[in-house]
Amino acid sequence: MNEAVRFHFVVDGEDFTSAGQASVQVKKNLRRLGIPPEIIRKISIAMYEGEINMVIHANGGEAEVLVYEDRVEMILTDRGPGIANIEDAMKEGYSTAPDNVRSLGFGAGMGLPNMKRYTDGMKIESVVGEGTTITMTVNLT
Amino acid sequence: MTVQQLAAELSLVSLALPDPQREVEGVYIGDLLSWVMGRAQSGNAWITIMSNLNIVAVATLADVSCIILAEGVTPDEQVKETAASKDINILATDMTAYQVASALSGLGL
Ligand SMILES: Nc1ncnc2c1ncn2[C@@H]1O[C@H](COP(=O)(O)OP(=O)(O)OP(=O)(O)O)[C@@H](O)[C@H]1O
Ligand SMILES: [Mg+2]
Repeated sequence: MNEAVRFHFVVDGEDFTSAGQASVQVKKNLRRLGIPPEIIRKISIAMYEGEINMVIHANGGEAEVLVYEDRVEMILTDRGPGIANIEDAMKEGYSTAPDNVRSLGFGAGMGLPNMKRYTDGMKIESVVGEGTTITMTVNLT
Repeated sequence: MTVQQLAAELSLVSLALPDPQREVEGVYIGDLLSWVMGRAQSGNAWITIMSNLNIVAVATLADVSCIILAEGVTPDEQVKETAASKDINILATDMTAYQVASALSGLGL
């Protein structure tokens, strides 16, 4: 009865011109499940910011999306450099994005703040040199 | 107003118009993608000078009604194709972002 619907994606770290594919797919899948558009928008934007961060800052990773009756959970895992100071990283405007991705419009330092804003719960676990896992929850009720 | 009507009123070039009847509600201007993600509203016309492929994903997820490329920027062919297949409207003009916004304001947006 409370079995979650599960989606799993491997996020390619090489190609940031077509990044965001997992999030676009999640949006489609959630639409098919009949979740209200305003909630889908929050989930897919938060997921996109996390997905792009894995591409830009961590050379890719994996995304798992679990749809429960009362909430959607997104778990983004990478084996990138990790985040040394999570408090700093969460500040609006803080970014270590390199120039080549800034020229594409990334690097405003608004991704993590957006993820927090659009979700009902967010947890960052990160070990420098090992990687980062970000868990986000959006309530459906 | 629909995206098609807006394009006609401002004589914008339609680079991709897969969803011409989409209703335009409000306007957002910005080039930094995560500002757009954080601030644009569903249905907005999004004015930008960013023309790389990432704008299509941003437009999809932020659920804007159309992208308006200002200042005469031209995207790669791949951007147009991807937009057409992902149901994202892209319009273009030589006007500045300010001129576009001002014209949209004149239309009551
Ligand atoms: N998965 C990650 N691995 C390593 N570092 C990360 C990761 N995600 C975020 N960071 C660090 O946190 C900083 C802030 O992230 P945030 O998403 O807020 O901004 P940004 O990605 O730099 O720019 P924007 O998201 O506005 O395009 C990044 O610049 C980077 O230093
Ligand atoms: Mg980011």
